Amino acid sequence: MQDQLGGQYSTAFGSLGQYEKGGVEVINDNPKHYAFSNMFEVATGAKPYEKVAVAKNLEYVLEVIRAEGTSGWRATPHDEFALVMDGSLEVELLDPDEQLVSDDASGSIGLEGTPAGKPMGRVQAGRGHMTLLPAGKAYRLHSDGVAVVLLQTIEGPDTVYRWADICQTV
Amino acid sequence: MTMIETTMTETGPNASGYKDFSIGGFTFSRDEYFATITWPTGSHQMDIGQWLRCVQRDVAWGFFYGIVNFDAVIGTMNHYGNVDMFAGRFNEAYRRAEVDYNENFDHDELMSCFTAMLSDWTNEGYDPFAAPMETGSAYGPSRGENDMAVTRKRVVAQRMVGVPGDEPIRSDESGFPINRGFADVPQDEPVISAEPGYEDQVCSFNLFAYLSRSDVTWNPSVVSACKESLYCPTTEEFILPVIHGNDRVEWFVQLSDEIQWDVEDRDTGAKRARVVMRAGDVAAMPADIRHQGYAPKRSMLLVWENGSPRIPEMIANGEAPVHPVDF
Repeated sequence: MQDQLGGQYSTAFGSLGQYEKGGVEVINDNPKHYAFSNMFEVATGAKPYEKVAVAKNLEYVLEVIRAEGTSGWRATPHDEFALVMDGSLEVELLDPDEQLVSDDASGSIGLEGTPAGKPMGRVQAGRGHMTLLPAGKAYRLHSDGVAVVLLQTIEGPDTVYRWADICQTV
Repeated sequence: MTMIETTMTETGPNASGYKDFSIGGFTFSRDEYFATITWPTGSHQMDIGQWLRCVQRDVAWGFFYGIVNFDAVIGTMNHYGNVDMFAGRFNEAYRRAEVDYNENFDHDELMSCFTAMLSDWTNEGYDPFAAPMETGSAYGPSRGENDMAVTRKRVVAQRMVGVPGDEPIRSDESGFPINRGFADVPQDEPVISAEPGYEDQVCSFNLFAYLSRSDVTWNPSVVSACKESLYCPTTEEFILPVIHGNDRVEWFVQLSDEIQWDVEDRDTGAKRARVVMRAGDVAAMPADIRHQGYAPKRSMLLVWENGSPRIPEMIANGEAPVHPVDF
């Protein structure tokens, strides 16, 4: 907010270390109908690179990922988008020599080891940075510390649902 | 659904210098302070600034998903190809008194009427997209126009902002200075190291910096598309001009600051909840509510939509989920 003398506004972003969760003030409804959660709270309780759904609309999901250390390689059949909400993230991209995941599959799949292919490049991303994880390619993520990533994707074999644990229920 | 063949007409100017418009059974006129709407069974007035802010969103969003209530009486309901304009349809008192009214129009025809009205009724120096502290007055007799503001192109990225050939990032040079409410938002860009031949696939941009340069409020635009999953972030300040009535589940991710939402029953307007969202919060709006947001300081909101063409049919067949998840 702006100070009383009309100085600069202060923009409030959340982080793992500092967030202030809001909530549903019920008048005549069930709070479960709002599936209210906080991504930093979800990341606090998540294992590294667990893909926890915080939003779902038919087959589409938004997943919160706690990026810590280095992930395994994953292949995605469609574009995904990784938005860094806290911390620093390195995204490494690889163009595989052979197709790793069916075109009509949904969500990314984990790979064993490092796939054969050509390095495509890297992105060093900080808070607020959004990175394309291109269809048909492979990627892995790395954070020297802990980063929180919001992933725009489609539900896949590794999507984790724990609505009752993460959402406001009363 | 029966659609009446109808044509928009405009007459005037009136004593305040503004044209009157009519389409079907509705007539629209403005004076120095108010928009006046009439229909065969009643009439209604709205503050002209509020009216223009609502019409602006309805035009920019192509009537959006579901219902766009301008207030407790007037609004539109999108049937995706044709559109209802209504008075009192979602107001229990109007319905009980049987003075509510609904008329269906071809999408393009009602859009033409609203677009012409917006152009004629918006004065020089007034921007219906802007926060109240960032624009001039909507009031007074007709003076000039602001077509550059009211015909802004809505950003719709095909893949992601910043990808070569897609929507560009914003800068001072491209006419998007940092908004006063986001002067402290870092403008650093990600460090991209692409191998030769992969420059168009190794892509990243600073979404927060991009949003800090938004020149509009309450106007979701598409920055990334995972098939039909659309990231539609928007910057919010003051009050969402319309009361959005959902026809499908819609998700909000609060990226910065705070928005408080009033949630009412979609059909009756009875209060159901208040939802307070702060940075990092994620919440859904069920498909049977209407909502209006309040942002005391400019904030970043990620509206997440499912643009699947299957959904209108699912809604019509009662197959679309009302609640986001069951647990």
